[in-house]
Amino acid sequence: MKDIRLMKGNEAIAEGVIRAGCDGYFGYPITPQSEVLEYLMANKTKERTGMIVLQAESEIASIHMVYGGAGAGKRVMTSSSSPGISLMQEGISFMAGTELPCLLLNVVRGGPGLGTIQPSQSDYFQTVKGGGHGDYKLIVLAPASVQEMYDFAKLGFDLAFKHRIQVMVLSDGAIGQMMEKVELDEQIPRLTDAEIKVKFPWATTGKTPDRERNIITSLDLNPVKQEIININLQKKFKHIQETEVRFERIMCDDAEYLFVAYGSSARICQKAVLLGRERGIKVGLLRPITLFPFPTVELAKLAKQVKGMLSVEMSAGQMVEDVRLSVNGAVPVEHYGRLGGIMPAPDEVLNVLEENFIKEKKYEPHTN
Amino acid sequence: MSHIPTKDEVCQPENMVYSRTCLLTDNALSYCPGCGHGTAHRLIMEVIEEMNLQADTIGVAPVGCSVLAYDFMNIDMQQAAHGRAPAVATGIKRLYPDKFVFTYQGDGDLAAIGTGETIHVCNRGENITVFFVNNGIYGMTGGQMAPTTLPGMKTATSPFGRDTETMGHPLKITELVAQLPGTYFVSRQAVHTPAHVRKAKKAIEKAIQYQKLNKGLSFVEIVSNCNSGWKMTPLESNKWMEENMFPYYPLGDIKVPK
Ligand SMILES: Cc1ncc(C[n+]2csc(CCOP(=O)(O)OP(=O)(O)O)c2C)c(N)n1
Ligand code: SF4
Ligand SMILES: [Mg+2]
Repeated sequence: MKDIRLMKGNEAIAEGVIRAGCDGYFGYPITPQSEVLEYLMANKTKERTGMIVLQAESEIASIHMVYGGAGAGKRVMTSSSSPGISLMQEGISFMAGTELPCLLLNVVRGGPGLGTIQPSQSDYFQTVKGGGHGDYKLIVLAPASVQEMYDFAKLGFDLAFKHRIQVMVLSDGAIGQMMEKVELDEQIPRLTDAEIKVKFPWATTGKTPDRERNIITSLDLNPVKQEIININLQKKFKHIQETEVRFERIMCDDAEYLFVAYGSSARICQKAVLLGRERGIKVGLLRPITLFPFPTVELAKLAKQVKGMLSVEMSAGQMVEDVRLSVNGAVPVEHYGRLGGIMPAPDEVLNVLEENFIKEKKYEPHTN
Repeated sequence: MSHIPTKDEVCQPENMVYSRTCLLTDNALSYCPGCGHGTAHRLIMEVIEEMNLQADTIGVAPVGCSVLAYDFMNIDMQQAAHGRAPAVATGIKRLYPDKFVFTYQGDGDLAAIGTGETIHVCNRGENITVFFVNNGIYGMTGGQMAPTTLPGMKTATSPFGRDTETMGHPLKITELVAQLPGTYFVSRQAVHTPAHVRKAKKAIEKAIQYQKLNKGLSFVEIVSNCNSGWKMTPLESNKWMEENMFPYYPLGDIKVPK
């Protein structure tokens, strides 16, 4: 029989990582994602699967604990919300430089600064364009439902280890807090130390006579070698770009107009598509599931079909830049967003689409 | 005339009285001649070899002159961001409670940028060992003021001497962590004379032994010189250290198991 439960998004991903065989979670409380740590603690993971859960003294400590665990080949993660993720950027950059796999979760709240605890999508640039120092990318997964919060735990770990990369689940306060039904999978057993030693020969598990010592470091003072390290990193990102793009097409086949939106905004636009169809507007939605790698090719294809695209984000216009780069001027692309923790309504975004592309313009289009 | 033995004749196993531990690699140390870091490395590696712990050891290197410790220590190691070694070590130890995990950190790393991580790793009583090399200065970046720089001491960023009115006081972080219930053994040592080396080695042995016994955190400070940063010859620096550093940072055990 299927195991179906009603859960909050934050609880679903916590349950997801336990079942995905996670070895360790290190985190620090912050709204709107404290339920992750609370759920893990309440679930006695040590007894259930042997998973270690530790409340660290800060997000800085959390991410460096993740670094240590990942460097020793373990399946480890942390979660936070925007201000805490800002603090983690040092560690994320170090993990990029050492190519350590891990799962990260940002349940985004409005900024800048302490901002608000309400949902927002204003961390897109930080997540997709870098965040910490140096030339690197994360794989970024954008869940639009509680089920996806759950599913992306396992998917995230799998991608992280497949490519030795950091995977960020970029959620928001709405997806984290809302309750929906979730279908759960069987428990995946955690790897044993002996399995880790064989599967991840690079990990620092203790130098045995059969191999050279393992070193986890991002330092190489020789610029020639450092350039090679960087070129190899870029090759990996390119490979990921070619092989790991994920997106969902909603009523795109006959679409004349297109919403582009991820996460909560995609849920709103999905409703707006239905409203639009009722009004006789052939509108569709392209929902990026991976923000890096971005569905550039798919958008370029759709640009040949539609008359205009509206990028809807709870930000001042961040993802819209990638949409514009993807279509490269082939079709008008506008942005609509609400800021500071306000979520737009479906009829609101539909009206903006109409005003921009269909009706005679009554006002200047929204641009960033 | 009697035969004078050649080098090859002398270098025979039966004549061997001392050799470098095999836990140090063949890489030439990157430290300035006369610097205490090399001796500290050797002692720690000797003890790990003598306790037969190579296969069970994971070390964490800091940011500082000893950032390249992994080039010299023949064990599995991770290089941590500046000040974060205690957090990195926590991540490793929690997931491998049976391994021997240590950090090796300078005073800037441990007592300035990493103060939070240091206090909390000690307070949690993480079952790891911290080796803390206090030379009262930022050696690696060219001799700037450290949290441990003595009052009046001239550095690149306190060119007229550390003024405690505006630059604060030298931080006795070792005494501070000794107050915390999570630390089990806290000791301050030096490595500039054979007698000090012998004592320091004893402290290192104890610290490692206590971790094997799951006793909590052991913390061994080594007050050391930075002849380059202090702008002295190695001999002058050792004398200066005895006359100025030791009165402020007295050697000996600070916290011993009851
Ligand atoms: C985040 C960050 N800030 C600053 C630096 C520059 N930095 C490198 S080493 C160092 C000081 C190291 O001093 P200490 O820990 O006392 O080690 P020592 O070189 O004296 O052994 C500093 C400030 C850095 N690498 N990273
Ligand atoms: S700069 Fe100072 S601490 Fe660094 S290697 Fe030279 S003497 Fe040692
Ligand atoms: Mg120093």
